[in-house]
Amino acid sequence: MAVETIARQSLIGTRIAKLDAPDKAGGKTRYIGDLNLPGQLHAKILRSARVHARILRIDTSKAKALPGVHAVITAADVPWQRPIGVAKDHLPLKTDRVRSLRDEIAAVAADTVEIAQAALKLIEVEYEDLPVLTDALRALDPDAPLIHPEPHGADGTQEHLKTGAAIAYTGRPDNVAMTFDYEQGEVAAGEADSDVIVEDTFRLHYVTHCCMGVSGAIAEFDPAGNLTMYSNTQVPFLHKREFAEILGIDPARIRILQPPIGGGFGSKLDIYPFEPICVFLARITRRPVKLMFTRQEEFIASPTRQPVILTLRSGCRRDGTLTFRTVDTVHDNGAYTSWGATTPFVMMQTVSSLYRVPHCKYRTRAVYTNNPYAGSFRGYGNLQATFAVEAHMDRLADAIGMDPLEFRLRNAQDPGEVTPQGMHFRTCGLKDCLRTAAALADYPAKRREHAARQAGPARYKRGVGIASMLHVGGGAKIYPSDGCGTILKIDDFGSVTLITGASEIGQGSETVLAQLVCEELGLPMSSVRVINNDTEITPWDVGVHASRTTFIGGNSALGAARKARAKILDAAARHTGIAADALDLREGHIVEAATGRVVMPLAKLIRSLHFSDKAELVMTTFYYEPPSAHQDRQFKGDVSAAYAWATQVVEVEVDTDTGAVRLLKVCAAHDVGRVLNRLGIEGQIEGGIVMGQGYALSEELIVEGGVIRNPAFRDYKLVSAPEIPQIEVRFIETMDGEGPQGAKGVGEAPAICIAAAVANAIHNATGVRITALPFTPEKVYRALKAAERHS
Amino acid sequence: MSPAREIEFTLNGVPTRAAVALDMSVLALLRDVLGLTGTKYGCGEGECGACTILVDGKSVNSCLMFAVDCEGRALTTIEGLADDPLGARIERAFVEAGAVQCGFCTPGMVMQAHSLLSANPHPTRQEILRGIEGNLCRCTGYFKIADAIAAAARG
Repeated sequence: MAVETIARQSLIGTRIAKLDAPDKAGGKTRYIGDLNLPGQLHAKILRSARVHARILRIDTSKAKALPGVHAVITAADVPWQRPIGVAKDHLPLKTDRVRSLRDEIAAVAADTVEIAQAALKLIEVEYEDLPVLTDALRALDPDAPLIHPEPHGADGTQEHLKTGAAIAYTGRPDNVAMTFDYEQGEVAAGEADSDVIVEDTFRLHYVTHCCMGVSGAIAEFDPAGNLTMYSNTQVPFLHKREFAEILGIDPARIRILQPPIGGGFGSKLDIYPFEPICVFLARITRRPVKLMFTRQEEFIASPTRQPVILTLRSGCRRDGTLTFRTVDTVHDNGAYTSWGATTPFVMMQTVSSLYRVPHCKYRTRAVYTNNPYAGSFRGYGNLQATFAVEAHMDRLADAIGMDPLEFRLRNAQDPGEVTPQGMHFRTCGLKDCLRTAAALADYPAKRREHAARQAGPARYKRGVGIASMLHVGGGAKIYPSDGCGTILKIDDFGSVTLITGASEIGQGSETVLAQLVCEELGLPMSSVRVINNDTEITPWDVGVHASRTTFIGGNSALGAARKARAKILDAAARHTGIAADALDLREGHIVEAATGRVVMPLAKLIRSLHFSDKAELVMTTFYYEPPSAHQDRQFKGDVSAAYAWATQVVEVEVDTDTGAVRLLKVCAAHDVGRVLNRLGIEGQIEGGIVMGQGYALSEELIVEGGVIRNPAFRDYKLVSAPEIPQIEVRFIETMDGEGPQGAKGVGEAPAICIAAAVANAIHNATGVRITALPFTPEKVYRALKAAERHS
Repeated sequence: MSPAREIEFTLNGVPTRAAVALDMSVLALLRDVLGLTGTKYGCGEGECGACTILVDGKSVNSCLMFAVDCEGRALTTIEGLADDPLGARIERAFVEAGAVQCGFCTPGMVMQAHSLLSANPHPTRQEILRGIEGNLCRCTGYFKIADAIAAAARG
């Protein structure tokens, strides 16, 4: 044997290339748009031409007569369709009323995309305009037009209610889709205890995910009526269940296949009308149907980040102790309810628990309007809440004449703390994050220097800004289970197949899960294959959201690997006569733990198990359920098994002649528990920071009177390569006791506090505080000029 | 359906003939007629760079070029790059530097990097970032893409 001894080497913390990267770099990866099935038809959707209107008549006869058209459907053709979405207030094909410009009225399946497009133009729709409501505050007026006033069926009557068809929901007497009220302590007592109180109203804008791959779906029924969906969903098992409800069929008859996806970021967390519509067309035509968005459609018909009008009132004592916070927010829900309406779950955590606040009151109303509707988006409300909270941390510090870093350190959470909202911070690196990021950026000194130059004559002014964030890092228990299943199988060549419920959406989860398994089984990365894209094969998982996959999927993979390891070492002990606990697995071999002396190759041991008269497989399963709890009705509870922390300090340069703001540098310190794949985690942090930069400085979906004015990359400004800042990232390793190898989830964290830090930096540079995003040149210029007039 | 015309061109070194509609883009020719799906549709209006290919060695947004204009030209797509030493080096550098996340922009980025390094074998960091400014990436923040291109330039 060539190898006599093998030293123990750990993969944890090393730089591991993504398993899927070679195919992706070579253009070999097949995304949903790259797939085609034999006999496939192409679908297109007719959307509303009005923002708010009654549908009086739809005539599809000319479209149906176009050669190459196989089906043209409206709500009347699918009377069995059921409402979708978080509040089940959204029929895929609209019946009697359109409530926003994205509303789906009809759909075509044709031989080609071009024929389907041509057919759309032949569909005649007659509308009767209704009063338009696009101002979220106005939605609360007693005389505001109602967006969901009454039950409605396919025929525009309430007849379906008598027949029991579950296609309608009961309308509302007002425009309030959801409310969230939370309270801790007594705010009046907090106010009385305050030396300083500040109040501002913050306006957070529309942005959208801009995944580079547009949305799409392929649906196919087999002759027995079983549905196969090719889907970009981030939540395959929830999707399967929801499709079963929509179609009224047994979930067992639905298989979801997930081709690699061109970006997720939360956008694929809900079911959207195009998906059931694609299935309706496949059912009706008995052919595979493919539906792909154009980029313009992607802008118009994708969910947005939740726009919010947020009024925050905060107080502190002269000694730098926070006393209270009250928050009153209005969420523009848009025409239908998706996950955006539920972002207060996350927002109130930041308000109540990023820093210690004894008294806190939080109120949210999510209101229906005729605007686009908001979904989930990386950070899930936390960018909005952090923007407000961190602005006030600076304002309060300035009001009492304390350095903002010192003020934050005084109020920062410590490990072991249980907050009034019920979150238990078993590990907490916030103070380390604050000190590390501030030191990297030379924050207090630079802030003083820049402030001293505020009033000077220079055209270009620099400023530094600090902001921190708290986010779930150990899953989020919002469903009865927050778990993930794993099946692990070792073949007689010593190779491992890791079958996991956790989906890969580009974030690198399959690589990190494989890494955890290899670490446990002493195998090289090349000996693992990951299966994670077929609900027929993979065990259940709640989905990719809440930064949970490394933590939850990782613990699940680790559990399965540990069982396999025990099984292998037991067998090796029987085979060799050496005690199991004196053996180890290294580089595909069984070795003596103490010396590293090679005992036998792993593959040989596995073969000896297969090819014996008591044949045995090494195949294990594990289901990991994190030790977290649901929030109670008061929104209190320890919803995550771990919490992630970060501080980011940014430096900006403001051109006071044009209002243009350049992000020069970001110094970031992240409590990540432990670094698993250094290459992967750096990529997550860097990409998140630039996504936060876009939110802060350039991205805005301009919605006027319910119309999206800039549905193109030409006018919706993503950050491009020359605009990225210098960046320095430090990882704070708090070694979380529950995390896989000590790690926490960090997928959302890096995007969360950039905008807040940039706001504080602009203030440091100019003395002007801007409470609305994004900081476009025009907005900044106007704010600077307004401040000049007032001074 | 607009009228079709037959064109001849070289695709990844192979003489190729295709019948194309007059209003067809090169992107549609590659993906829908010839089945080469490595070149991606991201926006269809030349803003994202996901459909970048090389035409006579220069990078082009294939969504903005008419297929009929391929007549007599040499096209290189991501599928043809693996046989090219520089192309293979760039692909390997993208993998090793962590420049790939969802990967949807990656083929276009790799093609653009090839165009950049062919014209300027030893670019500065700023030249690299300028060189890929027409290619959007939503995942990486471009840092590791720039690292990869710099590594490929080093050889």
